[in-house]
Amino acid sequence: MTRSTLSWRSRRVVPLLRLGLVLCIGLVIVATPTTAQTPKPGGTPVASAEVMGQETAVLTDAPLVPPPISRDHPTKVIVNVEVREVVQRLADGVDYTFWTFGGRVPGKFIRVKQGDVVELHLNNHPHSKMPHNIDLHAVTGPGGGATSTFTAPGHSSQFSFTALNPGLYVYHCATAPVGMHVANGMYGLILVEPREGLPPVDREYYVMQSEFYTRGRHGEEGLQSFDMEKAIDERPTYVVFNGSVNALVGDNALKANVGETVRLFIGNGGPNLVSSFHVIGEIFDRVYAEGGTAVRQENVQTTLIPAGGSAIVEFKVEVPGTYILVDHSILRTFNKGALAMLKVDGPENKLVYSGKEVDETYLGERAPEGQVAAQRIATLEKRVEETIKQTPAIVTMTKEIQIEKGKLVFMQTCAVCHQTNGQGLPQVFPPLAGSDFLMADKARSIRIVLRGTSGPITVNGTTYDSVMPPVVQLTDEQVAHVLTYVRNSWGNTGDAVSPDEVRLGREDHQ
Amino acid sequence: MKIINRQSWVGMVFLVTLECCSFLSAMVWPSWAAPAEDGVPEPPSGMQYIVGGVYAPLFKEAGVEQPTPVAPFYLDIYPVTNAQYAAFIKANPRWRRSQVSPLLADVAYLRHWQADTPSPEAATAVAQRPVTYVSWFAAHAYCRWQQKRLPSTAEWEYVALASATAPDGSKEAAYQTRLLEWYALPAAAMPPPIGSGQKNYWGISDLHGSMWEWVADFQTAFSPGASRGDAEAERDRFCSSGALGVSEPELVNYPALMRDAYRRSLRGTYTVHNLGFRCAKDLP
Repeated sequence: MTRSTLSWRSRRVVPLLRLGLVLCIGLVIVATPTTAQTPKPGGTPVASAEVMGQETAVLTDAPLVPPPISRDHPTKVIVNVEVREVVQRLADGVDYTFWTFGGRVPGKFIRVKQGDVVELHLNNHPHSKMPHNIDLHAVTGPGGGATSTFTAPGHSSQFSFTALNPGLYVYHCATAPVGMHVANGMYGLILVEPREGLPPVDREYYVMQSEFYTRGRHGEEGLQSFDMEKAIDERPTYVVFNGSVNALVGDNALKANVGETVRLFIGNGGPNLVSSFHVIGEIFDRVYAEGGTAVRQENVQTTLIPAGGSAIVEFKVEVPGTYILVDHSILRTFNKGALAMLKVDGPENKLVYSGKEVDETYLGERAPEGQVAAQRIATLEKRVEETIKQTPAIVTMTKEIQIEKGKLVFMQTCAVCHQTNGQGLPQVFPPLAGSDFLMADKARSIRIVLRGTSGPITVNGTTYDSVMPPVVQLTDEQVAHVLTYVRNSWGNTGDAVSPDEVRLGREDHQ
Repeated sequence: MKIINRQSWVGMVFLVTLECCSFLSAMVWPSWAAPAEDGVPEPPSGMQYIVGGVYAPLFKEAGVEQPTPVAPFYLDIYPVTNAQYAAFIKANPRWRRSQVSPLLADVAYLRHWQADTPSPEAATAVAQRPVTYVSWFAAHAYCRWQQKRLPSTAEWEYVALASATAPDGSKEAAYQTRLLEWYALPAAAMPPPIGSGQKNYWGISDLHGSMWEWVADFQTAFSPGASRGDAEAERDRFCSSGALGVSEPELVNYPALMRDAYRRSLRGTYTVHNLGFRCAKDLP
């Protein structure tokens, strides 16, 4: 019975499909000359020259971008996107259940050309818990594809659209509750190259900012779950580039050579915050504001990227060194993770940037170090020692464990300035490695972490005059761990710092 | 209520008439019986009596009475297990993996069994776990075989609203948070054995924290036009806040919203790793 029913269907369906195909081809042929003769005034969206051939899109994970499209005619492009729900690292020691387009956050970068007919296949992995869909801002049509791609776990949907408008567009999941699907990582970028292509550059990278709202506080270890209340209140726990804290630092930093022109495709997945995107030490030579196709501004320091929007920025790198990508709503950078790096190699150019030329003492008003403080520290240290003796829990927590935990805290919180090797940055951030200043006074180091410091200090004979903000987001335990780590790393050897010592240090000034 | 059900039945009747005439003869129209005035009727074995009440749908829409009355009915305490479903297949060979019509279940039907009956090892592992990878048609047929029926969305949601201690748990922040956290966890390889969670106020188990469940009117509950052709209605669902019956965000029942989205992604033939069912029954 099954077989006969099926063949009945095939007999009816196949001629209908054929008819559909004929109609489609007819429409394309008819449409082409009409639209070519009547381009929209001032506008780029023009249905294209004849669509020829077919190809499968090369998709890339951030920060990589598919190569520029060299063909000079529109084609049919097949895009396969697989939705996966995966547990991955959000920060060191912190995991999160990400909902992804392609297994990573942000989703795969899609690159097509104006006039291309894009056949999009949305495959929802059989192990998914949720249904998902995709709304591409590059689509002209109701829902941007969302209604046509609503897909249960273990199923696929397909729809096609013509990329009428060139530009850099965000795509995202639009399944209810939309905010939660986006907050869990369901966004990415699709570039529709203008018909004439983009001007050639030496490097192209894909960077996407977004926020995460976790039940636990920033840095709290373990698998963290989504916090709807924080999301509604727009109080993110993390603001990150490319899906996790430090996704683009150290060995994973973006790279370029002196003299090259870098183009960044920057997206903002939100779900809530607008980004004040800035690269420390660089000026954007050109900004395609909001991902449009005309250079709207030149010589820009910080460009605004709306949630669910994008920007293309280009700049030539003239001087070697590390350039820091930030959201210049700056507490997001130093306290929530919105920091990435671009490392530029090549010869120095002292004319463009000299480095520090003068380094001398400047005596402003500053409070004298007093006897009172020294006495207080002595008393405090005595109390601390007694407390430790009376608390077996502290004694049993070995220094080694503290060092391991402290390393995580350090990499997440301190390494930006003091560097992962504890060397600091010459003349700006003092070293911790082999630091006489650090090792001389444990209570002082606790105090500095808790309350910050400013004004000149002398470390290993060199004077540093800068500011360290208080590290307010750490718990007593985390402060103890990180100090134990720095006091026992890179050649330093010292005793452990206990949470009680930190607690006493905290209470002492309150 | 009745109107809603009729719409769904009509949709299904259309499909069924086209593809499987013998199926139609098996169908029975639901009928509501008045609750016994004095005392609680004795529920059939494995079921609980659910006192009638009112269910407030998530979406305000024309043509739907709101709030929706829910007549008293019986509901299975637990989802249908693999062992129970195996018994059904033994009695109804046309629902075997190898024989089921592709018009009634897609290719992943009972995929986790790997054969017409679960292998001995698999049988032990899954016997007391809810059966999944079953289509709406299969779930419907099972309940029919049991002289039962699938619960309506209104019935299911009405019962699922309850916490352990109250018929309406939607105002218990901690309870809602716990529910939402389950939705944020990755799907387990298979749902836990039945009875793993706490029973709710009605004495019903595993409505939350286990898997999704079929309902009779999985797509037509709120949308008279059925889902896929009705772009406007669909769009309201995706960008749902505007169509939500409540305006204050803290009152939105997010777990219910996610279940609603899930149901609307389904078709009657779909089988999914985390989708099972339980049956309901009218009062005598």
